[in-house]
Amino acid sequence: MSSIPDTQEILKTASRLRWELGSNVHDFLMEALYADAARISDKVVTRSGEQPKFDLDRTIDRLVTSRWTGFPIMLGLLALVMWLTIAGANVPSSLLASLLLDQGHPALKELAGWLHLPWWLSGLVVDGMYLAMAWVVSVMLPPMAIFFPLFTLAEDFGYLPRVAFNLDRLFKKAGAHGKQALTMSMGYGCNAAGVVSARIIDSPRERLIAILTNNFAICNGRWPTQILIATIFIGALAPAHWAGIISAMAVVGIVLMGIGFTFIVSWVLSRTWLKGEASTFSLELPPYRPPRILQTIYTSLIDRTLIVLGRAVVFAIPAGAVIWLVSNIKIGQLSIAEHLIRWFDPFALFIGLNGVIILAYIIAIPANEIVIPTVLMLTVLNSRLAGLGSGAGVMFELDSIEATAEVLRSGGWTVLTGVNLMIFSLLHNPCSTTLYTIYKETQSAKWTAVAALMPIGLGILVCLLVAQLWGLV
Amino acid sequence: MTEVSHGTECATCPAYRIANLTKLGVDMANHDFVVALAGNPNTGKSTVFNSLTGLRQHTGNWPGKTVTRAEGAFSYEGKRYKIVDLPGTYSLLSTSADEEIARNFLLFGQPDVTVIVVDASRLERNLNLALQVLEITDRVVVCLNLMDEARRRGLQVDDRALSRELGVLVVPTAARQGEGIPALLAAVADVATGKFVCRPHRIKSEPAALRQAIDQLSGKLRAVYPGLPNARWLALRLLEGDRRIIEALQTGELAMLAGEEVISHTSGLKIIQGAV
Repeated sequence: MSSIPDTQEILKTASRLRWELGSNVHDFLMEALYADAARISDKVVTRSGEQPKFDLDRTIDRLVTSRWTGFPIMLGLLALVMWLTIAGANVPSSLLASLLLDQGHPALKELAGWLHLPWWLSGLVVDGMYLAMAWVVSVMLPPMAIFFPLFTLAEDFGYLPRVAFNLDRLFKKAGAHGKQALTMSMGYGCNAAGVVSARIIDSPRERLIAILTNNFAICNGRWPTQILIATIFIGALAPAHWAGIISAMAVVGIVLMGIGFTFIVSWVLSRTWLKGEASTFSLELPPYRPPRILQTIYTSLIDRTLIVLGRAVVFAIPAGAVIWLVSNIKIGQLSIAEHLIRWFDPFALFIGLNGVIILAYIIAIPANEIVIPTVLMLTVLNSRLAGLGSGAGVMFELDSIEATAEVLRSGGWTVLTGVNLMIFSLLHNPCSTTLYTIYKETQSAKWTAVAALMPIGLGILVCLLVAQLWGLV
Repeated sequence: MTEVSHGTECATCPAYRIANLTKLGVDMANHDFVVALAGNPNTGKSTVFNSLTGLRQHTGNWPGKTVTRAEGAFSYEGKRYKIVDLPGTYSLLSTSADEEIARNFLLFGQPDVTVIVVDASRLERNLNLALQVLEITDRVVVCLNLMDEARRRGLQVDDRALSRELGVLVVPTAARQGEGIPALLAAVADVATGKFVCRPHRIKSEPAALRQAIDQLSGKLRAVYPGLPNARWLALRLLEGDRRIIEALQTGELAMLAGEEVISHTSGLKIIQGAV
C-alpha cells in the first residue's frame, strides 16, 4: 500500500536525473551498446585468409540496384515470370478442364439422374455448385502452381528488399514511406496480408497511406483474371509465336499501372488529408541466399497455392448456387440475372464494360478469385449460346482457352471489353477479407469506406476514359 | 537383450536427446515453459521456429516478414514448451508497433527462456539487439545462426568466447540445414529447468554520469520492488522517459513483475494483444 508515494518518488527522481543528464540518454546508451558490441565481436570473430577478391553479392547488388540497370532488370524479371506462367498454364489448364468439366460434369449429371434427384436439386448442386468449383480449379490452379513457386523463389533469394531499395526514392517523392515498397510486394500475394504488414511502418500517417493503396497491387485472386483475359484478347491480336510474350507484356502493363496509381494516390493523400513529411529509415539489404528450390516449391504449393485455391473453392460453391438461382428463378419472361444484366447494361456499356461483368463483380464481392468463372457462366446464360450447355446457368465444356474466347466473343465482347475488364480488375474495391482487415488495422469505418470506394471510383473513371478514347480512335 | 541396453545407452547419451523432441504444432495446451524467439530481421527466426514446432510458418528473405507473433509448441524430454516467434527488430528502443510487440512480450510476458537468434556473419550489428535483450531478461540462449553463411564468407566465430563474453549459452546453428538444432534444444531445456544459470553481460561502456544515474534509480526501484529482475533496464527506460514504462509503474504492473514466482503469462499476453 505504501508503494504509491514511492512510485511518485521514483518518477520524480527519474525526471530530475533526466534533467541533469540532458537529452543525451538515448545517444549515450546507443554509443555504449555499439562500443560493447564492437568490442565483443572483435574478440570472437576472426577472418580466415584474405577477403575474396570477387564478391558475388556485391556484384549482383550493384546490378540490381543500379540507377540504370535496376528498373530494366525488375521489369524483365516480372515479364519473365508472367511469360512462364502464361506459357506453362495452358496445357494443364485444358487437361483439368477436360477432366473436371468434360468428363466429371456429365458423370455427375448421370449420377443425379440415377438417384432420381428433382431437377432443381440436381441443377443447384451439379450445374451450380459443382461447376463453379470445377471452373475455379481448372482456371486458377495451373497459373498459381507456376506463379507462386517462382515468386517465392525470388523472395527466398532476397530480391524483394532490392525492389524496395529501387522504389524507395519514388515513394519518398510521393510523400510516403519507403517500406511501403515491401507492403506493396506483400500485396501481390494477398492484399489482406499486405495491409497487416503495414505495421512495419512507424508513422500512422504513412501507414494509413500504405494501407489505402495496397489494393493497387494485384493479388492472388486477380492474377488469373489478368492472365486469362490478356491471353484471350491481347495475345490473340499478335501472331501465334508472339502471343505469349505480348500477353505477358499486357499483364506487366497492368502491374505498372497499379504501381503508377500507388504513387499518384499516395502523392495526393500526402498533400491533402494525410499531410506530412516522409520519414527516413534504414533498410538492410540481406545477403543473397541460394534458394532451396525443392523445399520452396513444396511449401509454396502446399501453403500458398492450396490455401488460396481452398479459399476460392469455399467461396465458389455458394456463388455457384447463387448464379444458378438468379439464372433460373424467373420474373415474367426473364430470369433475375437477365433483368439485372439488362438494367446494368446501359451504364456498363457506357464505361466500356457490360452488365455481365458488373453482376459478376457483385456476386464475387466475397472473393476476387471467382470473377472469371462467374463471368463465363453468366455470359452463356445471357447470350443463350446454341449448342453449349443445356438450360440456364449451366456451364459448358470449355476445354481450351480458344473455346473460352469463342464464348466471350459471341457474348458481344470486344478487345475494349477485355482491356477494361483488366483495368477494372485492378481498380475496384478490395475483397471482403481485405476490407475487414483494414477495419481491424485502422479501427476506422471512415478509412475502410475510403479504401472501398476510392478504387471503385477510379476504376469507373479510368474505364470511362478508355472507352471514350477508344471510340475516337 | 542387447536391444534394450542399446536403447538405454542411447537415451542417456547427450548426443541422442533430439529423439526426445516431439513437434506439437499449434497444440499449446498445458505448457510447462514459455520460450520467446527474438532477433534481428532476416536471421532465420522463423526457420528455427519451424524446425522446433514442425509448423510451416512462411519464411522469406526480407526484413519485416514477421510483424505479428506466431505461436507453436513442442515437447522435449517430457516437458511441454510453448514457443513465441517475435517480430524481428533491430532494437527494442523505438516505438514502432513491431518493436513494441517484441519488447512488451519480453518484459511483461516474462518468458522462461528467450532464444536470441543472431546472424553469425553479421555479429556486430546483431549483438546490438542481443545486448538489449540481455538487459531485460537473464534467461537467455543465443542461437548463433547462419554459421554456414559465415563460413562461406571466410569468417570464424568462436562460440565459446562469445558465451564467456555474454555469460549465456551460445549454440552455433545452420537452421536451414537443420544443423545444431539438437544442441539448441538441449540448451533451452538446461536454462528452462535451471540446470544452467546465466550470468548475463551488462552494458559496460556507458559514461560515468549515466552509470551513476542508472545506479541511483535502479537502487530506488529495487528498494520498492525487491524482486525486480531488470531494474537496471527499467531505470534506463525511465531516464529516457518511456511512457509505457512510466504507465506500468503507475498502474502497479511493475509490482507484478517483481513477484518472482508469480509468472503471469496471461497478463502479459493480454497486454500484447492490446498492442497488436
